[in-house]
Amino acid sequence: MVKLRVEFLGGLDVVFNKQRTYDLDIPSSGAFTIKDLLDYLVDKMIDNPKDVEVFIEDGTVRPGIITLINDADWELEGELEYEIEDGDVISFTSTLHGG
Amino acid sequence: MSQEELLKQIEQLKLENSQLRNELHLTSTKAKPTDSDSNEYPLTLEEYHRYGRQMIVEETGGVKGQIKLKNARVLVIGAGGLGCPSLPYLAGAGIGTIGIVDNDTIDTSNLHRQILHDSEHVGMLKCESAKRYLNKLNPNVNVITYPVRLDNTNAFEIFKGYDLVLDCTDTPITRYLVSDVAVNLGLTIVSASGVRTEGQLSILNFKNIGPCYRCFYPVPPSPNSVSSCSEGGVIGPCIGLVGIMMAIETIKIILDIYNEENFEPFLMQYSAFPKQTMRTFRMRGRKADCKCCGSNPSITKETIESGQINYREFCGSCNYDVCTAEERITVQDFENNYHKIEKKNYLLLDVRPPHHFKISHLPDTFNVPVKTLRNMDGSIEELQKYIPEVNKDSEIIVMCRFGNDSRLATRLLKDDFKITNVKDVAGGFFKYIDDIDQTLPKY
Ligand SMILES: [Zn+2]
Repeated sequence: MVKLRVEFLGGLDVVFNKQRTYDLDIPSSGAFTIKDLLDYLVDKMIDNPKDVEVFIEDGTVRPGIITLINDADWELEGELEYEIEDGDVISFTSTLHGG
Repeated sequence: MSQEELLKQIEQLKLENSQLRNELHLTSTKAKPTDSDSNEYPLTLEEYHRYGRQMIVEETGGVKGQIKLKNARVLVIGAGGLGCPSLPYLAGAGIGTIGIVDNDTIDTSNLHRQILHDSEHVGMLKCESAKRYLNKLNPNVNVITYPVRLDNTNAFEIFKGYDLVLDCTDTPITRYLVSDVAVNLGLTIVSASGVRTEGQLSILNFKNIGPCYRCFYPVPPSPNSVSSCSEGGVIGPCIGLVGIMMAIETIKIILDIYNEENFEPFLMQYSAFPKQTMRTFRMRGRKADCKCCGSNPSITKETIESGQINYREFCGSCNYDVCTAEERITVQDFENNYHKIEKKNYLLLDVRPPHHFKISHLPDTFNVPVKTLRNMDGSIEELQKYIPEVNKDSEIIVMCRFGNDSRLATRLLKDDFKITNVKDVAGGFFKYIDDIDQTLPKY
């Protein structure tokens, strides 16, 4: 079991039932990585299969979405391979362009 | 000479004019540099009075800091939702030279957020309107306007001579261009953006050691995921707040609050709804393999100016060109052959989102957003839940705001739902309002 919070910012909540924050208890034995989390989000939390492409492209987070692990760019933490620990906050935010 | 050539020549002349004025100013200010050590009172009495309240804030460094601001040359690209709130604070703080690049004119729909402009100046160039305001606010500031669209050929000429750039633009295309040119000239960028109720802010290429826009976003987002203020909407003070934060970051950079030792790449995320929150994310540093700021760059002044770096191609664009000429009718056709006919034997379908539709729409219209249509996977039964009388032989006229989504919807109805008689109204509801019925509200 891993306990974490996920957040969808920058308008990404539209594909997750318009809810920005979820506290999750995910059953898992052994390491649970960001890659595993993406699979979980796609399988369990995106209702409309047509919305998957808004979030995922080529097996990873779509370009234009920034992924943060405890408020740090996921690139600083190992990206898809990062092993989530209890209490972690994983945030996804769309890049905004308007001005 | 063709109209296009003439317009191009006018653009070129406008740019030359701005540059000459700029050079004239730069030489005149360079001739008498303001130096705090050589003179007991290096500012005028009016300046002491005007800037006193900020000079007595210790963090500014007092008179020394004020002189840094006075000697600074800042280029603001875009005098819209972000430029408008940041510009007056930059001018108010006494930044000596402010350049403004914007070739757009003021529209009434800008005024809820672009509050430097006003209702009396609709149609005026935004950069000139901003200059008028700033000159009144602080006549000490030299404001230089560039009423041109920033592109590969003019960006280096415009950026040259400035110390710092504020990216207040609104598309990935210009954001990549601004970043690439700034990196090549060694300029720090204060970059921000916003749409709907959220905003983001970052400092890029800080003193030529920080990450650039391409380090953050090496691959551009797919064009159909990009929404601008005109499509996505925006709340005035939300984007306004982000613009004001840009002014704060700019002042801090000029005052050397950040330096090579303490600067850490960041991205701030402001959310206004439901509760206001401000987050600061720690971001990646400069990437060695970055095509622009990395160790072996392919994006250089030469490749940008020659057009080899094609921003339009790189960022792509949505393909709405999916209907044949026979599948489209003009608003005039629609009015004469459909809308005005007494006995209507067609269905009018508006595919805008419901919160758009609610603002204004034509009578006897069905509203099914294009996204909902797509989710039906071509099932007539599903469509009948919204339009009970529809069948494969129905004649359907499709409309949206500007005539883009309606083309996608026309394609869906014909190809997926197998409804043969479907037509798109070219230019959409707004074109109908413009050309046929100006009594309807446009938003
Ligand atoms: Zn870079």
